Formats: sequence, structure tokens, C-alpha cells
Amino acid sequence: MSDQKSDMISLTIDGKEVSVPKGTLVIEAAKSIETDIPVFCYHPKLESIGACRLCMVEIGLPVIDRATGEKVLEADGSVKLNFGKGQVTSCTTVATEGMVVRTLTDGVKKTRADMLEFLLTSHPLDCPVCDKGGECPLQDLTMVYGHDVSRMDFRDKIRLDKRVPLGELIVLDKERCIQCARCIRFQDEVVDDPVIQFHMRGRRLEIVTFSDPGFDSYWSGNTTDICPVGALTTTDFRFGARPWELNPVASICTHCPVGCNITMDTRREAASGGRRVIKRISPRQNEAVNEIWICDKGRFVHHHADASDRLTQPLVRRDGRLEPVSWDDALDFVAQKLQQHKDAVAGIAGGRLSNEDYFEFQRLFREGLGSGNIDLVERRLAGGDVVAQVGITRGSNLLDLKKGDAVLVAATNLHEEAPVWWLRVKQAAERGATVVVLNAVETRLDKHATHVIRYEPGTGLKAVADLLTYARVDTGAANDLATAAAALMNAENLVAFYGAEGLTYQETDTLARMLANLLLLKQGEGDAAVAHAGRVNSGLIPVWSSGNMQGAWDLGIHPAYGPGYRVLAEPGLGAADIYAGAADGSLKALFVVGADPVGDGLMVDRGKLAFLVVQELFMSETAALADVVLPAQSWAEREGTFTSGERRVQRYFPAIPVMGEARPDWQILAQIGERVGLAKPPFAEGLVFKELAKAVTPYKDMTYQTLACVEPQWPVIGSPDYYYGGTAHRNSQGLGQQWASAAETSVPAPYDLPVELEPAETGGFRVMRIPALYTDGMLIDHTELLDERIAPPTLFLSPADAEALAVADGDELDVVAGDETFEVGAVVSESATPGVGLLRGVPGRRPMGVIPATVSVRAPAEMVVVVAD
Amino acid sequence: MLREKYGKEIDALLARFPEKKSAVLHLMHLAQNEYGHMSDEAIREVAEICEIDPTHVLGLAGFYTLYYEEPVGKYVLEVCNDLACALRGSEEFVEMASRKLDIPVDGTTNDGMFTLKTVMCLGACDRAPMLQCNLKFYENLDEAKFDNMIAMLRMKAEQGDDEPSVVERIFSYMK
Amino acid sequence: MEHVLLRHRDIPNLKKLEVYREHGGYEGLKKALSMTPAEVIEIVKASNLRGRGGAGFGTGVKWSFIPKNAPETYVLINTDESEMGTFKDRELTENNPHQIIEGALIAAYAIGCHKVFNYMRGEFMDAAYAFEEALQECREAGILGDNILGSGFSCEMYTHFGAGAYICGEETALIESLAGNLGQPWSKPPFPAIEGLYKKPTVVNNTETLANVPMILINGPDWYKSMGTPQSPGPKIVCISGHVERPGNYEVHMGVTYRELLEMAGGIRGGKKFKALFPSGGSGPIVVDDALGAPLTYEGLTPFDSVMGSASLVFLDEDTDMVWATLKVIEFFRHESCGKCTPCREGTFWLDRVVQRIYDGRGTEADIRLLQSIAGGMKGKCLCALGEFSISPILSSIVHFLPEYKAKVAAAKGGKVAQPAAAAAVR
Ligand SMILES: Cc1cc2nc3c(=O)[nH]c(=O)nc-3n(C[C@H](O)[C@H](O)[C@H](O)COP(=O)(O)O)c2cc1C
Ligand code: SF4
Ligand code: FES
Repeated sequence: MSDQKSDMISLTIDGKEVSVPKGTLVIEAAKSIETDIPVFCYHPKLESIGACRLCMVEIGLPVIDRATGEKVLEADGSVKLNFGKGQVTSCTTVATEGMVVRTLTDGVKKTRADMLEFLLTSHPLDCPVCDKGGECPLQDLTMVYGHDVSRMDFRDKIRLDKRVPLGELIVLDKERCIQCARCIRFQDEVVDDPVIQFHMRGRRLEIVTFSDPGFDSYWSGNTTDICPVGALTTTDFRFGARPWELNPVASICTHCPVGCNITMDTRREAASGGRRVIKRISPRQNEAVNEIWICDKGRFVHHHADASDRLTQPLVRRDGRLEPVSWDDALDFVAQKLQQHKDAVAGIAGGRLSNEDYFEFQRLFREGLGSGNIDLVERRLAGGDVVAQVGITRGSNLLDLKKGDAVLVAATNLHEEAPVWWLRVKQAAERGATVVVLNAVETRLDKHATHVIRYEPGTGLKAVADLLTYARVDTGAANDLATAAAALMNAENLVAFYGAEGLTYQETDTLARMLANLLLLKQGEGDAAVAHAGRVNSGLIPVWSSGNMQGAWDLGIHPAYGPGYRVLAEPGLGAADIYAGAADGSLKALFVVGADPVGDGLMVDRGKLAFLVVQELFMSETAALADVVLPAQSWAEREGTFTSGERRVQRYFPAIPVMGEARPDWQILAQIGERVGLAKPPFAEGLVFKELAKAVTPYKDMTYQTLACVEPQWPVIGSPDYYYGGTAHRNSQGLGQQWASAAETSVPAPYDLPVELEPAETGGFRVMRIPALYTDGMLIDHTELLDERIAPPTLFLSPADAEALAVADGDELDVVAGDETFEVGAVVSESATPGVGLLRGVPGRRPMGVIPATVSVRAPAEMVVVVAD
Repeated sequence: MLREKYGKEIDALLARFPEKKSAVLHLMHLAQNEYGHMSDEAIREVAEICEIDPTHVLGLAGFYTLYYEEPVGKYVLEVCNDLACALRGSEEFVEMASRKLDIPVDGTTNDGMFTLKTVMCLGACDRAPMLQCNLKFYENLDEAKFDNMIAMLRMKAEQGDDEPSVVERIFSYMK
Repeated sequence: MEHVLLRHRDIPNLKKLEVYREHGGYEGLKKALSMTPAEVIEIVKASNLRGRGGAGFGTGVKWSFIPKNAPETYVLINTDESEMGTFKDRELTENNPHQIIEGALIAAYAIGCHKVFNYMRGEFMDAAYAFEEALQECREAGILGDNILGSGFSCEMYTHFGAGAYICGEETALIESLAGNLGQPWSKPPFPAIEGLYKKPTVVNNTETLANVPMILINGPDWYKSMGTPQSPGPKIVCISGHVERPGNYEVHMGVTYRELLEMAGGIRGGKKFKALFPSGGSGPIVVDDALGAPLTYEGLTPFDSVMGSASLVFLDEDTDMVWATLKVIEFFRHESCGKCTPCREGTFWLDRVVQRIYDGRGTEADIRLLQSIAGGMKGKCLCALGEFSISPILSSIVHFLPEYKAKVAAAKGGKVAQPAAAAAVR
């Protein structure tokens, strides 16, 4: 960058010269040379409002001679400075060339002391019982800058409610609030859920919510991190522990493919018999992944790890009952049985296991048992192989997308499926990036999109095919699709997200290929023409339905691919065939790890299986039918790595002690492997990863050490200066590593696409599934706190359909679609597409496009009259 | 309800502003006129028309003193009791009014007819004591005038011949 | 004297368009429309018209800050008029609305604005009605809307209601309020001239300021400067209230003395003696008799550590309890503080409690010093001028009337409780 110099300015802060980019705020310039200016209302991720007045400093500007335009000099030759009339807020003042800032004068110190005194006049000073005590900016800054005594007559203090639930997740202490508006601004500016606001004015200013449920937002927990006092607390953590008792452990959230960096704060708990338990989960800074935010699901759905109904011992069925046995007995038995049925054995894994687990899982089957019959429990979204080719380029950061760049979001509702990606795409739109949303139904991103392309349910592929055609040749057509295609093609960078909304598994495969071809289209003329694929800040991102599906693909949990997308000469059985084999008896033994195919309605009981082994956290429906149940450790008890949808491999660490005799999945698998003739299990995850990195080419440059590397991040946040960025944790345990897509080294050939698309089924009443962040399931079940937020199973249908099907709003329905039956409540909505009902909040992992369905109204449950005798 | 009743006027009002949100204070005046105070229903309706979160409307209802968050009497007598008026007898006037209506400041008469409040400067300091009643100014008041005013308002209420609210009057220009 | 602003006092029915036009109405606009916007701004600059909203900023200079050729700009008329003791804009709006409209249209033309809003405090429904009626007359007469008076210039104008918040008179709070937000000011920069309503360049002018503009265009800057003083030229409406015989609005040429103004209002009521003057509603420091000889100009009260502000004169007679008067005013500010910035939100609240304590006879000598110290902590630290205003009655009353404070705390020591809190009702 040749003109970089002119983009920088220099100023002097407390005698230190500093160079910063033009437009930098004085407070940030000071931060960059570790000069701390205390703040309350300023937050590096929010717009400045200059309200708390704590950050006031003295600022002098060079006096310029009007006539000559030159700086006026003092007698001693130094530049003459004009310090204006008084102090200014450094959080609203942009640094300019030659500026002189003084942050340590007596006047500045007096301001700090005065502002703190003002804030404390109404503060309850209940630090000894406050959740924030110990990590409270007000407390700490008062220690540094405050007065020793309070001159406010305590009788003059106002008394306010100290326990005001803003809903069941967040509690407000009105007395502690210092009106910095961080929470309100976060909800409004950052996540566009302005469901809290100030009420009244002056000293009576207080936070309120009108939403139902209160504080209705997937992001509410973040406000408790950035609230500089103990005014906002989560009901989950409130009065749960003192911050200094907490032991922070780095981890990764497993609930969606974003892979948010989190910290588990743990503590020994008398109520848990002295066990160390998770007290809270908070964000850990990773500017390339989740910045300093996480969604409430990631924050609150951790109680399953400490749940009392966790499996703690290996169980073997004897006389029809599952009885505890020793590990050796259980493992011997499993190894023997698997070997016995070697020719008709299969494995099913869930999407939340670690890379190490997947590696051992496929090794057990492929190398130990000689079987290629392994697959993920569900086949909802395809295209891992495509992602390996054109996935988002290493070094990309959605935070860098801006004006001139474009994001395509196809067949996915990011807000429900991967909230932080929704947030980052929304923000990209705000920075000027073109956002194109392609979906059959409305999504929350539409509001921020430049182009919203709505297609008839079932015709998604046709829409994308058309988009691709327009992108290939500029037809001059003036329709939405053509303008969107042109915008995408002309973009400097192009990121494409894709999901499975309203699509079958096969269709998602085609979708991924189509988008790959879009990314592979060349922009520009002749030799200079280049494709988006392979370029930093461009590429494909799959919106997997579980946290580590990317890892599962990478590690070869697929009937047709080995680790590292090695194409297998002889594909094994896929999930559908496996379930069919179990049903018809052609399959004899099944090993299910971290999945519940029966509970998810993918498998109808255990069919004709001779042997079923389930490795799980809980007694799932599948486990209850098993011959052997092996207790696995949750991710909180062990270490490992996950790979995000952006192909970032990230480490997590053990936070709580092992539950009972539970073992890590990889270890159990390797121990069985040993018993069927494989080598001795490695001692630790790190060693598994070492082997894995050898076998999985894309991971070849990674070790546990490199994954744990960190680089300085901006803004600088985390203790001890949490007044600045809040209590989100500084990342000292690893930023992870992305692996290179094929396109980064050579441009792959475009995919062959089907010439004719399967015509969409039309006619009759059809249904499709739409996602909800809080959908009932085994993990979320253990967080009672979220009960009220779980999306009730619902069928949204248009008034016309309701009439045709004789359904009234609020009816209880049985919806039969394919071979599944959903029990749902009916919501008749003007905005529903006629002919297609939308199923929301239905548990289960069945792939599903837009399929015909029948609907029947369930008779109200009969009144049972109990007659006393 | 507001939409049904004032659809055309609301559209004309919204058309005045580049952003719908700008019409919110007007609409809150209208809603309050309709519902008597900023009830939950009023808040929801205004929010819907302006396409903003109802929480924001609730915040505004708290910030701006002309909105009542609790039910009030049919007529709200807001006596200016700021310094300039107090220098000309507003405090005595409030006492008198309170005695006559037999309600404390901020109280409402049993028949729900009158609420008495004191407010900050209304911009009529030269004609103190003065009050505003449902956004209409009554100036240079004394006890006799107050009695008269109360009697007149009671009579109007009985006959049901309320003057059109000012909001409605302004709306009459927005056809 | 013939009025320049309160012309309705000389001309019956001036609020009717027809009458207004018979008396030269909209000639100023016509003249402006025949010039370039830059020429209009030059004339207003040359007149040295200064803002009547209180700060006295040069009106022409303010208009010239608007970036040239900005595609969307706004003129906002500030009729929030909520300063205690101020009631001039209301009289103007109710009786002479066309002069405001004309002034605003000239401003709009000068800065290339096509939409003007008159931000009227919500209590001024009658004024709003008069104003809307005048606007309607203008629309019908082709003075508002498309192609005004055949000039090719188009502009609309609407009334906007506030809803009871003094702070909304502050220009950035006014803009926030007009955008549908809480009326909380923002910290400048950005200045409204660069980023105002809907983030577009915006001029906020006081109602009275704009009412001056047509006359300046018609009669020229020299005529205008023939009134008043060189630095504070022109006519000014002075609002007089409190303990005087004839409270009301008085239009004068700037430069008259405060004593002359008191005489115009018939002197202190009931033949009593003058004690103190709030020269700018609640927001200017209190002055005493030595200041009465000062001229009413933007600078006139500088030697007395006070300001002209919006020229809202509240006179107090010899019997007034100054601690009580101070309490009334600090109650006003406590009630009106928007709560955004720390020193104002907490400071006004705290000051109110301490003054109340002294007034109630529960105070000590230390409390008097505490008041000064709290005010000192607020000084120069508040986000907008409201917080700065709020300390002026406190500090100035202590300067001029310390013995009254001392008497109150001495009485408290003697166990004697002073009068009951007469103002306790205002919360
Ligand atoms: C707290 C506060 C209240 C104000 N109230 C008013 C007001 O009611 N009317 C007004 O014209 N200006 C008011 N102002 C001044 C405005 O901010 C602004 O300076 C003025 O409208 C500019 O117009 P002018 O240049 O024509 O005077 C107020 C300022 C502050 C700080
Ligand atoms: S609740 Fe916390 S974040 Fe919100 S305004 Fe109060 S102190 Fe600030
Ligand atoms: S005013 Fe700058 S941090 Fe609050």
C-alpha cells in the first residue's frame, strides 16, 4: 500500500508519540500504546456516545497561522498548542495530526474522581454480594481514582428494585445500573433486537423491556458481559459464585458450525459434593470467529455436562436388563461381538464428536473391522467434498467484508441455525457489502439484504441454476435474479453460505456444486480473469446442522470418503442403507456413537439387529434398546479439537472432572480397536491428533501446539481492563488454524451439473421444515432455564390451506409426511405460502425437502372423570 | 383500532416524514387521546404503525412527561408550578384546587373526572396562575375562574359534547 | 415603538395570509428567491443576526456551514420553548405565524432544503393549530409545496410535536426527538450542520430568529443594524415575569438596560423593592441590582458573570426566599435532566437533595460548601448545556445570598425548622 503513510496521523499522548490510522479515536490511540483511559459507556464494538464522562482528557491542538497555514511556534521553538476551554471526552474525539493529549493531569484525575463520586451517589455499594464484585470496573476504578469517603447522605439515596427479571434469563438490579446504555446499544446496534430501552429520564432512568417473553433475543447474555456493573446478570449465574473463585477453561461451543470460542468458568461446588462444575460460559475473543459474542444457546446449554442423569458406567444387557459391568468386560464383549458380525457391521456417529473421536471411529471400522459401513447419523446437508475444493479461503475473516464484497446466503436461516454468522453477515451488510438471500421463506437476514430472492418451495435449485446462468452471461435482463447475479459476479470478494432448508440431501449436494461453480466463474477479461474461489475472504461455507460435521467430513465419516476426502474404491453403506439393513436383518451389528437414531425417528426401534452398542452421555432412546451402553465423556471433561464450517480447527480443554467412569469417545473406540487387532491406543488426544494430522492431508501442518497459538487481537479486551471490553475473555489458549481448500493452490475444474433438474413435486398439500435455534433435543432438555424459549412444534399454514384442510388456528395436528408423524400446533398465518405448510420446532434429524403431507386434527384429549368410591 | 379509525390521517402523517419512526410522538398523542393513557394496547398499536419495537414506545412513554402510563381522569389539570408561576401564586392555587377537588396532587377524583398534577414551566408565566387541561391552556386563573372551569367541564362531560382533541384538529388538515 | 416581530400587536388579524401579505408579507421570500442562495446567506451574515435561542450564534454563519449541494438538508424551527420564564415563541406562533414560515422558507432556500419541520413543544397545541392553519393557507396560495411563487423552488413544512421535555429544545436532542427517539442530546461533533436529522446536514433555528429574517431581506442589513448595538443588533422580544406589575412580552431594541425593562413592566409589584433577577429563565446566573444598569445584549451581563440567554427575565421582590427560589429552579433541572450523562443526571439529583435539606432546615454549613463542590464537579463536564445551566442558580445564589443560606443552617442548628417544603409536590 503506497499511500499508507497518508492514511496515518501522529499524535502525542502523555509525551509518547503514536501513529494511528486516520479516524482513530483518541481513546483507541491511547489503548494502542497501553495508556489506559478509564471508560464506562465506551465500548470498542459500539458507537461512542460520550455519556459517562469518565474518559475526559485534556487535548491541545497545534495553533495554525491562518495566513500562512503553518504551525505557530512558541518562543522556545516548540509548537504552540491550544488546549481549548476544558476537557473533552476521548471516546468521541478523533485523533488528528499534531494533537497533544494529556491523560494524567490533576484536572483529569479530578474529573475521574468526580464522575466516580457521582456514580456512587446512587449506587447501592453492595459489592460484597454482587456478582460483578471482583471483576467490576466501577469497583476497580473507584479503588484507583475514587474518593475515599462518600459525601452523599445515605438517607438521600434512592432505593430501587434490586431484582427485576427482564425475562427468565436476565435479571436487572436497578440500583446498580449506571445508565451507560451499553446493553441497549448492543441490542439495538449490534444484534438489531431493540427489546430493551431506557424508561423515564434523569436520575430515574431505568432499563425496561416490553417483549414477550421478556428480553426476547438470542443474544441477551452478551449484555451481562459488557454491563460494567452488576446490574445485569443471568439467572443462570446470579449469586452462583464470586468471580475470583472461578477457574476459566478455554473451550469451543458445539451447538452449531460457527465454532464460537468460549470460556467455561468452573468452581468446586458444595451442592455437587465438592465436584468442580461449570458455573457459566462466556465468550472468548476470536475476532475471526465470534469476536466477543456468543448466542444464548451457547451460553446456557451446558447443564447437560453436569447433569445427574449422565451415564457413568458401562452397561451390558443381561436377562433383558442393562446391568453395570467393568470396562474391560464391556470392551471385550463389544470387540467380540463386532468381530463376530464383521461382515454385517456398521457405525453411525453424531455430529458433535471431536476430530480425534472421528479418527478413531473410522479407524476401528475401516482398519480394525474391515468395514466401510460408516456414516453420520443424519444426511441433511451434503457437500463436504465440495467445501474441500472451494471452501472459504484460509485467512478469511467475515469481519473484513465490506463495500464492494458480496455474501450469498442460500437455503439457510442463519439467525436460527448459526446465529453468529447471521450477526457477521448482517454487519458485513452494514459495512456496505452486498448481501443476497435466496430462500423459499422469509428469514431474519432479509431485512439487511440487498437482494432477497424468494422462490416457490421446491424450486430452489432452479433459482440457483438461473442465478448461475445470469452470472455466466450478462443477458442484460433486469430482473432481481439478474441484478443479484451481476452484483455477486462484480464483487471483489464473494462468500457463499448454503444450507438445507426445503431441500433433500441430494439437492443440497447439487446446490453446493452450483455454488462452487459460481465461485469458480472467472471475473474479468482474458488472461487476467480470476475466480473468487481461492481468494482470501471468498469461498463456500456450509451451514452444518451440528457443531463438528465439518470435522466428520474431514475425517472420513462417510461411506464414500476416507480421511482427507480420499475417495474410496469401494464405498460402504450409507446411513439410509444402514437403517434399512437394521430393519431387514441384512445388517447384524450396529455401533452408534454420540447419536440417537431411534429418538430422532430415523430408525424404528432396533429392527432385526443381533447386536447394538451405543456410546453416549445419556440413556437415549437408542441406548435403551442397546445390548451394550458405553458412557462417554462430555466435551467439558476432556480435550480435543473441532473443525468449524469455516474449516478452522480449534482446541478445547478439560474443564470439569470426569463423570463416574465415563471415558472419552476416542479412547473407548481405540480400546476396542486394540481388542480387534489394532495398535495400542495413544495416551492422549494430542497423540491421536498427531496421527490424524499424518493421515488427513489438509491437517498436515497442525499440531496441538500450533492450534494453541495466539496473536494479539484488536480491540484488546479481557482482564484486567474489563471496563474496556467487558468480561469476555482474552484468548490465550489458541485461535485455531484453518486448512487450505484446493482452490487456494490450483483452480479446480467446475462441477458437472445435472442438465435437467428433477421437477419439484407439486400439487396437494406439502410441508417443509424450517429451523428454530431452540428446538427440543437431548442437550437443551437439560437446561431448564430455556424451557419457555423452546419453539413449540408448529405447522404454519396459509388461510386457504387451513380452510381446505379444515384446520383452525391453534388446533392440535398430526402431520404425516413421508413415514414420519409430527405432533404440532397449527398457526394460520397470512404470510405462509399457499400449498406449503412450514414445520418449525419439530425435533428429529430427518432430511426432508418439500414433501406431500396429510394433516389431521387431533381430537381433544378425553376428559377423564375420576369417580370417588 | 387507531388504524381503523384514523387510517387516512395516519397515512398522511406518515407521508410527512422520511422515516415512519418520526411519527411516533404524534401517534402516541393520538393513542393517548383514544385510550386515555399509554396502555399496553396503545403501545403495541403505535409500535406496529411505526414499525418499531414496542419497547421503544414504552421508553418514550416514560421519557416524555405528556404521556400517562397509568390511567388518569377524563380531564387532567396540570398546573404550572415552576418558579415564575410560583412567584405569582401558583402554589396557593394548587392548594386551593386540591382542596376543592378533594384530591391530593397526582390524585384522581372518585368519579374519574379530574386528575390534578403539577408540572414544569408551560410557557405562559406572564399569565399565572395557569394550567393546561387536556392540552388546552387556562390562564390568569383565580378561585372563581377555577370553579367556573370545573363546572363547565363537568357539564360538557355530561352532555358528551367534547371538543375535538387538538390532535384531531391537526388531522383535519391532513386529508 | 413599531414592532418588527410582534407586529400582530399593531396589525389586527396578521395571522391571516391575506392580511400578512397586505403588510409586505412574503416580499422578503420573493426577494430571496430572486437571488442565489449564497447571496441570501451573505445578507443574513451582513445583518449580524444572532440566534435568539440563547447561544447567540451568527445565523448567516450557521447557514453557511451547510455543505454546498448536499442532496438532502433540513431546516428545523425550534419552538420547543420550555425554558422557565420564556413565552415569546408561543406568542409569535399563535399570532404571527406567517413571519416564521417566511423566515424558515428563506432559510430553506438558502441551504437547499425541501422539508422544514417546526418542532413545537407538545403543550403548544393552540400554537400548532395556528401554525398549521397558516401552512394550509400557504399551500393553497402556492407559497408552500412545489414551485413556490413560480420560482422553481419547492419546499414543504410541517409541525412536529414534542411531548413534554425541556431538553428537546437543545438542538441535537430536538433532532433525536424528531427522529422518534428519546430526546437525549449527542456529544458534538458531529455538528448538525454536517450530520443532523437522519444524518443529513441540518440547521436548527429558534422561532424568533427566523421571524427576523424576512424583515432583513426586505429592509436590508443596514436597516437591521440600525437597531441595537453593533455586536447585538436588531430587535429582541424580552419575556418578563415574576414579581412585576405587567408581566408579558416586550419587543425592544437590544441595548436597553435591564432597569428600563423593569420599568416597562411597571416595576416591582405592589411597590416592593427589587431583590434579584433571573436574566435567562432558570439557566442564567442570578444577578442583583448592580446589574440592572447593564444593557440587554449578548455581552451586557458578562461583567456580572451572567448571560442574556433567551432574555427571559424573572424578577424577584425583596420578600423572596432565595433558597426557596434556588430550590424551585434546581427542581426544574433535576426533573428535566435527560439522564444521559453522569454529572448532570447525578449532579442535579444530588444538588436538589442538598438544597432541599438546607431549605427544610436540616442543613449544615458544610452543605453549602458541598453545593459549591458538587457544582464544581459538574462544571465543564456535562454533555450538553443543560447540566451547565443547572449549576448557575446554585452558585450565583450562594455568591449573592450567602447570608440567607447561613441563616437557614443556623436556624437548623437552633432546632428551628423553617417553613414546610412548599414545592415538594413537583416531582
Ligand atoms: C437545555 C437546552 C434547552 C434549549 N431550549 C431551547 C428552546 O426551547 N428554544 C430554542 O430556540 N433554543 C433552545 N436551546 C438552544 C438550542 O440548542 C439552539 O442553540 C438554538 O435552537 C439555535 O437556534 P438559534 O441559533 O436561532 O438561536 C436550548 C439549549 C439547551 C442546552
Ligand atoms: S444495565 Fe449495565 S449496561 Fe445497561 S445501562 Fe445499566 S450499567 Fe449500563
Ligand atoms: S464518555 Fe467516554 S467512555 Fe463514557
